[in-house]
Amino acid sequence: MKFVSAIIKPFKLDEVREALSNLGVQGITVTEVKGFGRQKGHTELYRGAEYVVDFLPKVKIEIAIQDDLLDQVIEAIEKSAATGKIGDGKIFVFNLEQVYRIRTGETGVEAL
Amino acid sequence: MKKILSMFALVTMLGLGFTGNTFAEDAAPVADAVATQTAPAADAAAIPATEVAPAEAAPAAAPAPVPNKGDTAWMLISTVLVTLMVIPGLALFYGGLVRQKNMLSVLMQVFMIFSLMAVLWTIYGYSVAFTGGSQFFGGLSKAFLAGITPDSLGATFSKGVYIPELVFVGFQLTFAAITPALIVGAFAERMKFSAILLFMAIWFTFSYLPLAHMVWYWDGPDAITDAASLETVVANAGWLWAKGALDFAGGTVVHINAGVAGLVGAIMVGKRIGYGKEALTPHSLTLTMVGAALLWVGWYGFNAGSNLEANGYAALAFVNTTIATAAATLAWSFTEWSLRGKPSMLGAASGAVAGLVAITPACGFVGPMGAIVIGLLVSPICYFFVAKVKYWLGYDDALDVFGIHAVGGIFGALATGVFVNPALGGAGVVDYVANGVAAYDFGAQMTAQVYAVVTAIVLSAVVSFIAFKIVDVLIGLRVSEEAEREGLDTSAHGERAYHN
Repeated sequence: MKFVSAIIKPFKLDEVREALSNLGVQGITVTEVKGFGRQKGHTELYRGAEYVVDFLPKVKIEIAIQDDLLDQVIEAIEKSAATGKIGDGKIFVFNLEQVYRIRTGETGVEAL
Repeated sequence: MKKILSMFALVTMLGLGFTGNTFAEDAAPVADAVATQTAPAADAAAIPATEVAPAEAAPAAAPAPVPNKGDTAWMLISTVLVTLMVIPGLALFYGGLVRQKNMLSVLMQVFMIFSLMAVLWTIYGYSVAFTGGSQFFGGLSKAFLAGITPDSLGATFSKGVYIPELVFVGFQLTFAAITPALIVGAFAERMKFSAILLFMAIWFTFSYLPLAHMVWYWDGPDAITDAASLETVVANAGWLWAKGALDFAGGTVVHINAGVAGLVGAIMVGKRIGYGKEALTPHSLTLTMVGAALLWVGWYGFNAGSNLEANGYAALAFVNTTIATAAATLAWSFTEWSLRGKPSMLGAASGAVAGLVAITPACGFVGPMGAIVIGLLVSPICYFFVAKVKYWLGYDDALDVFGIHAVGGIFGALATGVFVNPALGGAGVVDYVANGVAAYDFGAQMTAQVYAVVTAIVLSAVVSFIAFKIVDVLIGLRVSEEAEREGLDTSAHGERAYHN
């Protein structure tokens, strides 16, 4: 099993969710996050005070999937989250040791 | 805290001590209640021939004048409007500009200062500002509003026209309450709440009240019938009124006064932790816009209400208030747009307030085109102070009380002297002896305006400096570093503005 964590542009969330649902992904966790990468921040001006805002708002999505779905999931996120401009985000892939469904006690792929 | 309470107790006792005289003195001259007080610099009154005739034709045994219900209603509404400027308006305008962790502290400071000043005003403030005494400080004959009943009359700017004195008391109360509240923006996010209240009580007593007396106290138009009586009125009037300084609605009394106190406060309280290093960004410009809008609406009561009558001069002040503010809003936005590349919402709101400040002393004296010029010029000047001078000099006037209120107020006071000129479309200054518009003299008028500006700056700076020193010794000015980092909402008031 794999655990995929992707940082994307906030306005791309709906497209990404739809692309993943079409693949049969059963659940997504979404978190609003801030951070910086190669995309530069922006400058804010309040009367005379000028502030450089380094941390930009992004959305982090996390999904747990079975191994054979990985390539399709990566491709789906890459396609749906891309704008071609700097700041589109990153995808991190981890090996997932175990999963438990709290309600039934199922484990492994059954619990995904 | 104990020290503050004892201060208040002292003030109250002083007040009580004076009441004895009060009743004794007031029992005698009933005419006193009729003639005294009245605000905005003399002269803006409308004196159409129809009104003058009956007033002059009614000497000796005429019955006491009856206040016009329209005037009274307008002044009650104006009083409500000025209250609207403070408790929701100014509080939200300032509140939106601070960080989230200090939102309630600012709302609370404005709310409490309004309430404290309202009480002090009725105990001794009204009497000190609006009874005769010296040219600099009134007396205590109306302390505790002694002798003022629903039948007491207050003068306006027209001969023979009166409003209930209680309306005037209430209207002027709101001015006395907003002025100290304006100051809190300068040292927002770091000053002790108890220190603020004590400072405000001292500053109100020794800076606001004397200046209001100096600028606005006179015996009223009916006291002037000929050159000799004019001399008597001038001799009894406040120092700056006697100099001929024009301040229709409080450019010197309110804005320069508060702005200078703000500058002294910003310097003496010191910079906020992280100033110049961390982002000290406004937490809600939405609320700031709401506050600015309430200020604008409320300012109609402040400016047009300062005419004390619902007539053409009130309409002039009303229209001038709108267009000067609109012009200043445009000017600030275009200044910012051309210099910084983007026109900001905060810039528009700041421009509106700068325009309102600058037109305040001028609103009943200048013509509409003069008002446009005042609005267009004040914004670039204030912008320069707010965006440049503040950083060159390195003081942390957190919400730009000095840069907008003092600078805009000084500009407005001087511009009033220029644009009151009938040749520039101004309404001119009323001559109550000849019952017409007096001849305009640029040199004399500007001299009077400069007197008023310098007096306001010096008085407020000296009183503020001493008051901050006293408060520093008694209770200390700043909260602890820990409390400042935590935010004043939880550290000083035990609550949070928002629960996410």
